[in-house]
Amino acid sequence: MSRAFWRDDRFVQLAAQLFVLAIVAGLAFVLVQNMAASLQRQGIALGFGFLDNAAGFDIGESLIRYTNTDTFARALLVGLLNTLLVSVLGIILATVLGVIVGIARLSGNWLVNRLAWLFIELMRNVPLLVLLIFIYTAFFLKLPRARQAIRLGPIYLSNRGVAMPWGEPTETWPIYLYIIIAAVGSAVLVATGLRLWQERSGRPKPIALPALGTFATMAAVGWLVLPQPPLTITTPQIAAFNFRGGLVLTPEFMALLIGLVIYTAAFIGEVVRAGIQSVPKGQVEAARALGLNGRRTLQLVVFPQALRVIIPPLTSQYLNLTKNSSLAVAIGYPDLFAVSGTIINQTGRAVEMIAVVMGVYLSVSLLTSLLMNWYNRRVRLVER
Amino acid sequence: MSTTTTSLPSRAEALPPPTERYTVLGWLHKNLFSTWYNALLTVIFGVVVILLLRSALEWALTQARWEVITANLRLFMVGQYPAAATWRAWACVVLLALLIGLSWGIWGRNQRAGAITFGALPFLLAILAQGEARAALLIVGVAGAIGFVLSRWRSAQLQRISILGWVIYFPLVILLISGLGGADGPLSLVTTNLWGGLLLTLLLTVVGIVFSFPLGVALALGRQSSLPIVRALCVIYIEVIRGVPLITVLFMAQLMLPLFLPGVTIDRVVRAMAGIVLFSAAYLAENVRGGLQAIPRGQYEAARALGLNTWKMMLLIILPQALRAVIPILVGQFIALFKDTSLVVIVGLLDLMGIAKAVLAQPDFLGLQAEVYLFVALVYGVFCYLMSAFSQRLEARLNAAR
Repeated sequence: MSRAFWRDDRFVQLAAQLFVLAIVAGLAFVLVQNMAASLQRQGIALGFGFLDNAAGFDIGESLIRYTNTDTFARALLVGLLNTLLVSVLGIILATVLGVIVGIARLSGNWLVNRLAWLFIELMRNVPLLVLLIFIYTAFFLKLPRARQAIRLGPIYLSNRGVAMPWGEPTETWPIYLYIIIAAVGSAVLVATGLRLWQERSGRPKPIALPALGTFATMAAVGWLVLPQPPLTITTPQIAAFNFRGGLVLTPEFMALLIGLVIYTAAFIGEVVRAGIQSVPKGQVEAARALGLNGRRTLQLVVFPQALRVIIPPLTSQYLNLTKNSSLAVAIGYPDLFAVSGTIINQTGRAVEMIAVVMGVYLSVSLLTSLLMNWYNRRVRLVER
Repeated sequence: MSTTTTSLPSRAEALPPPTERYTVLGWLHKNLFSTWYNALLTVIFGVVVILLLRSALEWALTQARWEVITANLRLFMVGQYPAAATWRAWACVVLLALLIGLSWGIWGRNQRAGAITFGALPFLLAILAQGEARAALLIVGVAGAIGFVLSRWRSAQLQRISILGWVIYFPLVILLISGLGGADGPLSLVTTNLWGGLLLTLLLTVVGIVFSFPLGVALALGRQSSLPIVRALCVIYIEVIRGVPLITVLFMAQLMLPLFLPGVTIDRVVRAMAGIVLFSAAYLAENVRGGLQAIPRGQYEAARALGLNTWKMMLLIILPQALRAVIPILVGQFIALFKDTSLVVIVGLLDLMGIAKAVLAQPDFLGLQAEVYLFVALVYGVFCYLMSAFSQRLEARLNAAR
């Protein structure tokens, strides 16, 4: 008995899909049509040609040379680099602080344990935006002027930001860079060699220390061999209203970095705690029964198993931090989103700029997840 | 657990291990001074905590100018919402108190201490408040008590009524706050540009939850669907939204919606709501997907064997179990949504954060950022803490019921 074709499952499924596709495509078509019509009425033509025009606005801080005669494209690049700078620094610092908080949360010391708990609860129950604006307006902007700066050793705190000693590159700096690269390369070589030897012999060998030693020796010898030190250390001096010399981190950057770091660290702390607690107690007891000492138990038994649980949620915390860095716009740090907002105000090119910003954030997110997924595959449990 | 107890000889009842008892000194030794580095940590952190607490208390009690909060309390709570219509906001709170009292009585057995503390809260606040607010808070407290007393009466039907109450509560709130229309009836229209303060923050949250929930469930089902085109569309939507910051979605909603829909005037609050709903739906979809993946295949096969079609299978068998499994995660997502609504200040709305900014611009209260933002943080903190405490209770209860 042959069925009518509209009773056939395959037909129904295909029809349903085509129907959905038609609705989505139709909706998109109408919306784009509407958008084109509205843009035409406003006399704006879509296109990215305007990115080559002179920006005409200044940006507070920049990793590359930028003046207001540079193009919009370069202004966007400045914003992107600022976003990447605060994200990378934030991820590193938040991981360090988060691991400390997570371990403190497991501490047998009641006071340390409760303080870590309090910190986590405080951070998790307050919006990041409130935290950022609080740190910026109620702390950094309330600091004294540069003249009356608070001094912590060689570091000055003032409403102009944080000023600290910094190395100024000299003529030999480019050569020294090559020496550093060579040092990293040899350290990696030493580590790989020792690891291979360890796997051959089946005996634990020290790996990290010799590798670090190689790097440090080469870096130190390079520094001394060069006719002129590659860096001269300058300390900040108080000038009329600001600092001269040294490295001055703006209050906007510091507020954003500190806010992102402590907020994300609370979440990472919980991730780390959950990861360590997920390792069964029997594993530790078994390791101790095999005669491993406390350090090696942690290193060889607990951490490798905890990492498997930690990595996926840690990845999403890293992505959150990167996306949250767009809140910089609320405190005036010129990140990608803030710069694009300025460009929208200047040119009215909302559609293009939103597309660019979303595209960049998407690519950064995808890259980060790819990297972390690769790492996750490496630490994952190898099953039969 | 049960396997070990059954294998024990049944004659000797297994006794619970003796509970440890400490003297004060013993407790101190075990928890604070067990080793030399623990003692060091205790001393260092103890000194830091005492110093911080002392200076913070000194600031809060002597230097801080809290009158900036008391003078602007109405602004913080409802923004520019017309004074003649404030009773509607209170009505929502009274209804909420009634529902909470009712639900507490029905489901919150053995939690009398919590109920008493929670129930006393409106009365305590009423002592601090003045005038209209005091009367309203008293009514709130009485409403909660009435709900609690009612719940003792007949529970079989009341359970259904209170579930129904929660379901219609949220649409009812939106209706009450926005009004029905007409210039000067008791329920005259209050346009959204007059919504502000905590009221706007809560409304953004409620609208976000009510509308993003069905959208999120639909997206999750689409992502699990066997139809490749539907699946691809859902995956693209979810991943794109999850890959970009909320603030870009809000900006897109602000700037692009008027371009997409020319001729229709959509005001700023509704645009922000649209952005929040679109954003939150993608995250909800991923949470629901987790629940869907936890459903064993047998459930699908059993539903098929009973002759249910796809829709009935999903609605009657799969979704109820999947959603029940992820309720605590969903509450967590709603807390995040509540916190995220603060971002609407960047697109120029006067939510709690927006009002804080406006208050700080008043010439009488310049430079009081610490006081204002601490108050804002406290309000957010109290709400988030209550929600997460609720979700932890719920999680424990759901686990116990299993």
